[in-house]
Amino acid sequence: MAEMKDGCVQPVKGPIIAPVPAATASEAQPIKEVVRMQAQVGKEAPDFEATAFVAGEGFKPVKLSDYKGQWVVICFYPGDFTFV
Amino acid sequence: MAAVAALYGEFKALGVEVLSLSTDSRFVHKIWQEQELSKMVEGGVPFPMLSDAGGKIGTVYGVYDAAAGVDIRGRFIIDPDFVVRAMEVLTPEVGRNPAELIRQVKAFQHVAKTGEVTPSGWEPGQVTLKPGPALVGKVWEVWKP
Repeated sequence: MAEMKDGCVQPVKGPIIAPVPAATASEAQPIKEVVRMQAQVGKEAPDFEATAFVAGEGFKPVKLSDYKGQWVVICFYPGDFTFV
Repeated sequence: MAAVAALYGEFKALGVEVLSLSTDSRFVHKIWQEQELSKMVEGGVPFPMLSDAGGKIGTVYGVYDAAAGVDIRGRFIIDPDFVVRAMEVLTPEVGRNPAELIRQVKAFQHVAKTGEVTPSGWEPGQVTLKPGPALVGKVWEVWKP
C-alpha cells in the first residue's frame, strides 16, 4: 500500500457496505441509511478501510480485505492512553 | 494493546496479522506509541493501529458505545476465507486475555485444516473429536472435562 498523502483532515472511509439495490419507481422513497451491527460468527467479515499509524512506516490506509487469505485478529479498544 | 503486542511473535508464527482500532486519530496513535507503548513493549506495537474516527467501523462490529463516543473492547478472529470465526466483547474495565485468543486461533486453524472438532479448553496435542455416527453417545469414551 502506498504512503498516504497527509493532511490535517482526511475523509473517514469506514465500513465498506454493499450498496442497497435502487428501489423501483413505484416504491421509490427516501431511504435513510442506517448503519448497524453486521458482524456475525460464521458470516463474512464486514470490510472496512481506515487510516492507520504503522511503526516504522508512518501513516497509511489499511483495508481489511487486503488481508484476505490469511488469518486476521482485529482488536477494538476504548482509547489510547487509557488504563487497561 | 501492549499485551497483544507482547505476544506478536506468536501471532506472526501462526500466520496471523493483527489490526487494532480505536476512535483516536492516527496522530494520537503515534504519540501513544512513542510516549508509552514503546516503554511497555520493546519496539512498541508492531501492527497497524487504525483510526475509527466516528466509530462507524465499531458500529458495524457492534462495539461502538454512542453515549461514550468510543469503541469498547472487542476482538474478532477472521479466517483466510474472510469469515468471522470468533468474537469477544467486554465492557472496558476488564482487559482481554491474549493467551486465550492465541489458543482459539490455534484451535480454529486446526479445525480448518483437519475437519476435526476441538473440545472445551483444547490445546494443541490434546485429543480432538471426529464427528460422525460412531461418536454419538460415545464422547465420554474419548473425552472428559
